[in-house]
Amino acid sequence: MRLARSRRNAELSLLLLAMVLVAAYAATVEANVLDTVTPDFWIPAAALGLVFLGLHLVIRWLAPFADPALLPAVALLNGIGVGFLRRYDLAEAAPEQRETLGIFAGFGGQQLAWTLGAVVLAAGLLAVMRDHRSLSRYAYTLGLAGIVLVMIPAVLPARFSERNGAKLWIIVPGLGQIQPGEFAKLALLAFFAYYLVRKREVLSLASRRVLGVDFPRGRDLGPVLVVWLISLLVLVFEKDLGTSLLYFGMFVVTLYIATERVSWLLIGLILFFGGAYLAYVLGDTVGGPFANFYDRAQIWLDPFAEPYDRGYQLVQGLLTLGTGGLFGAGPGGGQPTLLPEVQTDFIFAGIGEEIGLFGLSALLVVYLLIVERGLRAALAVRDSFGKLLAGGLAFTLGLQVFVIVGGISKLIPLTGQTTPFLSAGGSSLMANWLLIAVLLRVSDGARRPVTGGGGPAARPSGGPPEQLHGAPTEVIRP
Amino acid sequence: MNAPLRRVGVVVMILFGLLFANLNWIQGYKADEYRNSDYNGRVQVAEYDRKRGNIEVGGTAVALSKETDGKLKFQRTYPGGAMYAHVLGYKPVNLGDTGIERLENDFLAGTSDQLIANRIKDMFTGDQTGGGNVLLTLSKRAQETAYKQLNDNQVGAKRGAAIAIDPRTGAVQALVSMPSFDPNPLASHDTSKATAEYNKLDKDKDRPLANRALAETLPPGSTFKIVVAAAALENGVTQQTEIPAGSTYTPPTSGTPIRNAAPTICPESQVTLREAVTESCNTGFARLGGRLGADKIKEKARAFGFEEDDLTVGEAGEKGGLPVAASRTGDMQNPDGSTDPAALAQSSIGQNNVRMTPLQGALIAATVANGGSQMRPYLVKQLLGPDRTTVYDAAKPRELRRPVSGPVAADLQDMMLNVVKEGTGRKAAIEGYTVGGKTGTAQSGPNTPDHGWFIGFALDKNGTPVSAVCVELEQAGSGGSAEAARIGGRIMAAAIAEGR
Repeated sequence: MRLARSRRNAELSLLLLAMVLVAAYAATVEANVLDTVTPDFWIPAAALGLVFLGLHLVIRWLAPFADPALLPAVALLNGIGVGFLRRYDLAEAAPEQRETLGIFAGFGGQQLAWTLGAVVLAAGLLAVMRDHRSLSRYAYTLGLAGIVLVMIPAVLPARFSERNGAKLWIIVPGLGQIQPGEFAKLALLAFFAYYLVRKREVLSLASRRVLGVDFPRGRDLGPVLVVWLISLLVLVFEKDLGTSLLYFGMFVVTLYIATERVSWLLIGLILFFGGAYLAYVLGDTVGGPFANFYDRAQIWLDPFAEPYDRGYQLVQGLLTLGTGGLFGAGPGGGQPTLLPEVQTDFIFAGIGEEIGLFGLSALLVVYLLIVERGLRAALAVRDSFGKLLAGGLAFTLGLQVFVIVGGISKLIPLTGQTTPFLSAGGSSLMANWLLIAVLLRVSDGARRPVTGGGGPAARPSGGPPEQLHGAPTEVIRP
Repeated sequence: MNAPLRRVGVVVMILFGLLFANLNWIQGYKADEYRNSDYNGRVQVAEYDRKRGNIEVGGTAVALSKETDGKLKFQRTYPGGAMYAHVLGYKPVNLGDTGIERLENDFLAGTSDQLIANRIKDMFTGDQTGGGNVLLTLSKRAQETAYKQLNDNQVGAKRGAAIAIDPRTGAVQALVSMPSFDPNPLASHDTSKATAEYNKLDKDKDRPLANRALAETLPPGSTFKIVVAAAALENGVTQQTEIPAGSTYTPPTSGTPIRNAAPTICPESQVTLREAVTESCNTGFARLGGRLGADKIKEKARAFGFEEDDLTVGEAGEKGGLPVAASRTGDMQNPDGSTDPAALAQSSIGQNNVRMTPLQGALIAATVANGGSQMRPYLVKQLLGPDRTTVYDAAKPRELRRPVSGPVAADLQDMMLNVVKEGTGRKAAIEGYTVGGKTGTAQSGPNTPDHGWFIGFALDKNGTPVSAVCVELEQAGSGGSAEAARIGGRIMAAAIAEGR
């Protein structure tokens, strides 16, 4: 039995370290852009620090055994994101306004405000959801909500849903906009996890063998397949290829974790590559809905073929990364305004110009740390629903980083995705902080000692469904 | 479920490993290539920190940089607007640069090896001296005249080109392509405006961005007869030799008869070579070409510079410069390799598959005027340091080739003088100077107006050649070659007036 240590002080020290790094980043930016460090350089970092400190206290109170590395890691990414966006604002501002740029001005200021909202939301989720298993009670509601969220922008007229050619938004004129798909990701995953855990016995055992591969009965896989197909179709209709890919990967991996059958991974991969190739060929010959995919594949294969036209963004992204080289131009030393969409899709490249390969590698390691810590929580938690939920969420986060970073660095075709915790945008920030809140909650459940303080007492009244509560950790196979 | 979770952990590691490897590739291996890529705006932003040097014509700056308070410190402007566009090119922020701006980029930007001393001095003084200055060979008056006369041509041609060179040195005195464009919007610091302007020009059906004087070829029509005449003179024909002519000539195996431009032109069955040149007798030259054979004509054309693929117009004596399209004599053969007499006859009067650049036309005239010696054409007279006192490179004229001997050149000169004195090129005459030339009218297609051509030269009282010119009016229709001759004369007169 593990020695129950909360490690909250470690979390606090790491958080302080992260904020010192963020403040140092801000100071370097000002030194480079303004040729002087203003006396107020530390304010955004301190504001962020206060917000994160609040969350740290909430964790001490509500999830004392949560993984201590998650919050500092995310805080560092979020802080670098705010710092870089402020740096972008400085570059965009007229020279005489630079030194007096308010801390809530521009993308950086908005991101700071969004961070506050997102962290409050995450704390709220920790407060409401005292045990991750309570989520399973709302699984079908969440599944339905997920589909509805994905579909809303498709149904809404373009005026209320389209920005920069992407129909992914709910826009309330005058008030603002949210990207419901970011939240749908969480809702759908909770549904997948619940459903697959409930059916996992029949999924893995009551199957028919076709061509050496075990296929479950249709009625067992039906609902989850339907939910997944609907979301995928809607996304393809909305031309949101990145999110389609994300949902596809999310589904295949949760199915694999639930059934423990490698065949699902293989089928998923074959379907994926087969589908991609088919879409490419159809895009070349038939066009229509596939033309977009074909276009993107063409740009990916040779962005320099049309360097000022279709390939412009990707070319500029590569040049930005290349200019950064090994060590980068230093925070504030690059020229982020030369790269279109540097505040959202291409933020990783924009940052890369200034912190170089070494800095980006460090950021990747921080992401990897978050993902692997999430997976570790999944490994350690005792119930199957928690395993699937945390495992699925952690993998989805990792996959999202892979899709966008791979896209801007020409490893895979470029699809619009936010870079978690870095990209400007409230929806993405909130959804990803909620994701972290769930991981914190699961890791708390995983690391909490079985006997003593925590345990059943912390569970909200009513308790989780019995069959989940008693589910064994491992399926014993003959 | 722990085993698959662990494997998912490994999968994530692999995915991130791929990202890591790919970033190493981009930021490590490819970094230098990307950093210095033409498409990388950062290179230019750095360039705009230093004042770029002037490009000057006759003591006037036609491309200069002005300080701004925007993000890019210096704004490139072209006071001459469209007049010098095809020579200077332009230096845009986000697109590729062209023309002299591209050719002399290193020197203008101050990054040339020649300016290393200045940069070392800057390191100690902390100053940032500007780039060097480029002085062009162009004559301001000739260039202005060429631009105005071409654009106001009296036959309503919309496209065309004119080029004048000094026959003794090869220095380009005027170079205009019509229609032209204003390079100023292209150099705008607002890159979306610049791109929009470029796209507009690029899609224009008259292709204003094309440098027709150097890079476009058209059938030269009768101007090509000078090449055929040169071949004839070297093969036993003299000015006074009678050659068969007539009002029509149908080459063997071909059904389409070759006619003269008017029934009054050489209807007699025999004319002298001199008369054939003066009146531009098609039947005479078609028959003469048949007698000489395709090989002799092709060989003489090549001697004058046809088929040269890598000629450039830049600094004298140097390789590199604005690219010049190769002029071609084309096929005069049957599929089995034997000479096609019809094609040969048509080619001998500059039709069929013969194609020529205006520069090539000017070179032919200049060679004849310069006693058979063809000088390499060049545009850059001098490279002047940032301090305007140190001369880094002064042009050293260089002979390119000797297509014809002195006596043959003298004969050609004599005949061309006659063309302006009493033949088809009368409008090119300049008071006080001796002008020679050859007009050309070339069929452009079955239902499109003919192209009008003129190649010519001017000699001063001592017989020294002072200017050679080629004017081309695309699809000018009737009167095109006479108008080209008139414009050619005006350009040469302007070049002479400035040179005096």
